[in-house]
Amino acid sequence: MGSIHLKQVTKDFGDVSVIKPIDLEIKDGEFIVFVGPSGCGKSTLLRMIAGLEDTTSGTIEIDGQDATTTPPAKRGLAMVFQSYALYPHMSVRNNIAFPLKRAKINDDIIEEKIASVAKTLNLTDYLDRKPGQLSGGQRQRVAIGRAIVRQPSAFLFDEPLSNLDASLRVNMRLEISELHKSLNTTMVYVTHDQVEAMTMADRIAVFNGGIIEQVGSPLELYNNPANRFVAGFIGSPKINFIDIEPSTIDGTCSLGIRPEHIEISTTGGQWAGKIGVIEHLGSETFLHVHVDGHDTFTVKTSGDCPFKYGDEIYLSPQKNKLLHFDATGKTLPNIA
Amino acid sequence: MANNNSIKTKLIYTFIAWTISGLIFFPILWTLITSFKTEAEAISASPSLFMFDWTLENYEDVLARSPYFNHFWNSIVISIGSSILGLLIAIPAAWSMAFVQTKRTKNLLMWMLSTKMLPPVGVLIPIYLLFRDFGLLDTKVGLVIVMTLINLPIMVWMLYTYFREIPNEVLEAARMDGASIGEEILYVLLPIALPGIASTLLLNVILAWNEAFWTLILTAANAAPLTAFIASYSSPEGLFYAKLSAASAMAIVPILILGWFSQKQLVRGLSFGAVK
Repeated sequence: MGSIHLKQVTKDFGDVSVIKPIDLEIKDGEFIVFVGPSGCGKSTLLRMIAGLEDTTSGTIEIDGQDATTTPPAKRGLAMVFQSYALYPHMSVRNNIAFPLKRAKINDDIIEEKIASVAKTLNLTDYLDRKPGQLSGGQRQRVAIGRAIVRQPSAFLFDEPLSNLDASLRVNMRLEISELHKSLNTTMVYVTHDQVEAMTMADRIAVFNGGIIEQVGSPLELYNNPANRFVAGFIGSPKINFIDIEPSTIDGTCSLGIRPEHIEISTTGGQWAGKIGVIEHLGSETFLHVHVDGHDTFTVKTSGDCPFKYGDEIYLSPQKNKLLHFDATGKTLPNIA
Repeated sequence: MANNNSIKTKLIYTFIAWTISGLIFFPILWTLITSFKTEAEAISASPSLFMFDWTLENYEDVLARSPYFNHFWNSIVISIGSSILGLLIAIPAAWSMAFVQTKRTKNLLMWMLSTKMLPPVGVLIPIYLLFRDFGLLDTKVGLVIVMTLINLPIMVWMLYTYFREIPNEVLEAARMDGASIGEEILYVLLPIALPGIASTLLLNVILAWNEAFWTLILTAANAAPLTAFIASYSSPEGLFYAKLSAASAMAIVPILILGWFSQKQLVRGLSFGAVK
């Protein structure tokens, strides 16, 4: 079991309201990612779920039980921190054994569990080393090992991959996703990296200024963002926004079009522009096009793109993919 | 040219450093040398630094005249006892100030430090009366208590500085792993902060060992430590410089040796957190 239910949860630091009333239901076995810019409250909410921050008002239920004031140790949750937070004076073995020893588990069973976790995470050869003798990726695996060994009802990850280099981050991302599939335990994962969110999550909660802007599956958020903020935050490269004269028909004040939903032509189209920077990624190419009367557009095209810097081209959006936003930034139905 | 200048600067700094160190060390050296002189040579109008008849008679006299080892034992009990008792109080205090900060933590720390600026004589009468009424005069327990209280602000400050360097996340991880506050302090905080705790302990042993004001006032014969033992050699009949020097040497040598061997630890402990 590992369902978490947040009901009208808030957090104030003095006069500053960091988390405005939030309602969220995290289902048992779900991998949910909290994503948002720095200072949006996602880590604070995770720490409130962990019990490391007090809740100003509202209720946190874990497996149907009110855990709002339950101390962290009694919530049955495990947390993996950004800085790994390993015990530097203990060997890997003792780091992993620590939560089991606190639970007064028999020494033989502890040894068994350590061996099993070490095998799962490829740590068997490092059990007698201290954290200082390990690489970043190994340390993160120890931190994960320490979390999974006690079989918690849910895992909380607080930006666990931000200290790793790019290639290791991709590997660890896969390892965590695989771990989720094999353990089938609830995971709440905080990140500011929307690629991590898109690739790992069953559902994503997009945070902004202490509120959740939208909760949904990665593709739901990508294709049907609730507002301009979500549209801008989800997707890489970023969506292109076009401010227009307010429409008298449906009140559209701005449009959004993703880089892969723009067609390129050398003869004619909706917008004329000149190609600026070209980013070749091999399988695909990103063109940064300076469009007359608008900002620079990012356009995604095939890897064997024939254009070069300074070429004049025409761009046209796929009409059915255009996103319409009203004056408040809310998404309007596309009537095209 | 630049190289010459830097060598010159180095030489000047080295000379200044040695001069200052020599000035600081000279009284100790003089005491040690005087302790090997006869009383006549000690008060000679033209004292000699090394060219005199070296003798151990002052040490023999001092050992024969006073129970040196009793005082030595008292110094050990008072300095180590007060440092350990102080640590037992200072560790949880510093923990709460470092990790459970409130708006007033900084003020509390400043207030604690400000008590060190109070002249001890300001609380002489109340402490003396309390000691008299509780039967603590001339007892080791009494001195352990008073030394603990005197040095507690410094201990809390030192430990606080050390604890602040430990990432809060490590302690939070322990809490998530099911550790109680006591277990978190015992199994995680203390082992990580061990170098800081050791230097706090060492510094307080030295401070308590050298403390003279309260030991002279609150002790007579039973609990008198080495500071009182030195003072007993200044009598109304006059000063016996050579014997006084021998007594001083015997009182300071143990702590000098301790300080010498632990200087690395002490310097690290005192400068910890000052530079990052």
